Amino acid sequence: MTEKKHAGFWMTLTGIVLIALPVAFFLFSLALGSYDVGPVDVCQIIWCKFVGQTPPQDALTVNVIWQVRLPRVCAAALVGAGLSVAGAVFQGVFRNPLASPYTLGVSNGAGFGAALAIVLSLGAAGIQLFAVAFGLLAVALTFLIASRSRRNTVTLVLAGMLIGALFSSLVSLLKFTADPLEKLPQIVYWLMGSLSGSSFEALAKILPFYIVCMAAVFLLRWRTNVLSLGDQEAKSFGLNVKRDRALVIGTSSMLTALVVSISGIIGWVGIVVPHLARMLVGPDFRKLIPTSVSIGICYLLVVDDLCRTLTASEIPLGVITGIIGVPLFLYFIYKKKVSW
Amino acid sequence: MNLAVDDITFGYDSQRNVLEHLSFTYDSPEVLCILGSNGMGKSTLLQCLIGAFQISAGSITVDGIPVGNYKARDFARKVAYIPQSHTPSFAYKVIDIVTMGRTSRIGYLANPSDDDVAFAHEQLDYLGVGHLAEKPYTDISGGERQLVMIASALTQEPEVMILDEPTAHLDFGNAYRFVELVEKLRERNMGVLMTTHFPDHALMLGSRTAVLSGGRIIAEGLAQDVITDESMRELYGIEVHVRRIEDRVICIPGPLRAGQTQSEAAQHGDD
Repeated sequence: MTEKKHAGFWMTLTGIVLIALPVAFFLFSLALGSYDVGPVDVCQIIWCKFVGQTPPQDALTVNVIWQVRLPRVCAAALVGAGLSVAGAVFQGVFRNPLASPYTLGVSNGAGFGAALAIVLSLGAAGIQLFAVAFGLLAVALTFLIASRSRRNTVTLVLAGMLIGALFSSLVSLLKFTADPLEKLPQIVYWLMGSLSGSSFEALAKILPFYIVCMAAVFLLRWRTNVLSLGDQEAKSFGLNVKRDRALVIGTSSMLTALVVSISGIIGWVGIVVPHLARMLVGPDFRKLIPTSVSIGICYLLVVDDLCRTLTASEIPLGVITGIIGVPLFLYFIYKKKVSW
Repeated sequence: MNLAVDDITFGYDSQRNVLEHLSFTYDSPEVLCILGSNGMGKSTLLQCLIGAFQISAGSITVDGIPVGNYKARDFARKVAYIPQSHTPSFAYKVIDIVTMGRTSRIGYLANPSDDDVAFAHEQLDYLGVGHLAEKPYTDISGGERQLVMIASALTQEPEVMILDEPTAHLDFGNAYRFVELVEKLRERNMGVLMTTHFPDHALMLGSRTAVLSGGRIIAEGLAQDVITDESMRELYGIEVHVRRIEDRVICIPGPLRAGQTQSEAAQHGDD
């Protein structure tokens, strides 16, 4: 039984680290930037705002933290957690190491929606709404195409590729016709992914849905485990495979569409982080989901910190995640840690 | 549990039916072996039984209710299906896989309780593979993996286990151990319905045996009555001799004397 105690100790330790690390990165990211604010001041400002007092720091410092950095850091945390969890679920359900939250065409759909809203000059809220709506439309179309076949996961992935390709062509069309001075840069910038324009208003719009989706994914964690065994086994164990899979994929796609609507398209997070998490705690979704949340938050906070501090002007997030993500993934392959 | 297969027909396309006017009944906890040569539709029949394939005519009922009308969850409480081989994708611990057998017994959004996990451990111990519990499912051998799948099925507490050629991927020793295991399950009052390539296994079990050929059941009865020189020759297209050695009845493929056509005997070796 000492072995069991030992295992319990490591579990507890891992748990503490997985909670402490994102908190530390969160505060560190708030303190980081060209305008110098110490971590103690950061904590004090947040605490005072939280309990409704006026912080003792000067107004500019308070503004930088509360109006500029906090929404951005919150957005990074939400996006990192959302993409990572959705990626873990997609890889599990599709039993495929290259599956990502974007496999069913959400990102291309959302990209088209955002580009359309930009062309139509609908403003920030319009871009956000269109991104979510078209992201979900793309997934719905993917499901519709795949529903006519019995061999579901393979057809779903193929249908996702088709729909993704369709929407990406439509995005190209919009880019081609868009005003090259005003609209085109906006579209391109959105598609590369960035958190620089994050605001509490944008976050508040998605937050309720985000929480519902996260909760649903978490509640379905055991079912997701069983689904990841394969259709036949899952059915034999008593799952209504089609319904449960649609539910799990649907909530994860919704989660993805929501975060994409505030960040634009950020690649590789949803592929790399679940692999890291699986290396750490194994494939069991009961542990994999919280671990992916924790690592996802840390990962995106660090990447966003790099984006805003590496050079004088901002580097788009999607660029950095790609540059970091590919070698990381190669490392997993060579280490044979992409366990299949 | 009663399984009634009544005059069913099934084909993958409209040109050719794999199963035609096939009927039989099964009552748990008996052991039923379905014998048949390659490509005769044994696996197809099992897929129809668990409702994975839609039959084009006839009916399959479990306790009087058509299999298509069952909720997956209710069906899993009566029937466990174990495929020929399972390719794992993720390195789940063996105990996690076995515990997944509890899924149809717990709430929709529930996680298995400590009792469920303990029950899963019991099943692994019962099959003599308790030591595998903490190992990754991806790291164990094919034979062990099958025992793990059977443990998962036991965890499910069904009334019958349907196994598709359970000995197909097992070596000589493990195949025999499997037959012993079926005996053990029989003592536990667990129904077993399995397809097999080996008449010997049915003879060892002395179970009810059905012979599937040409899309229908051509013979049915106790193994020793159904498995004869003639019926096996007809089924497999080779010379077969069923002989008694001490207390065992065995089935020998090919001619008994050396120097006769070996090619016929070799045909048997492909599975």
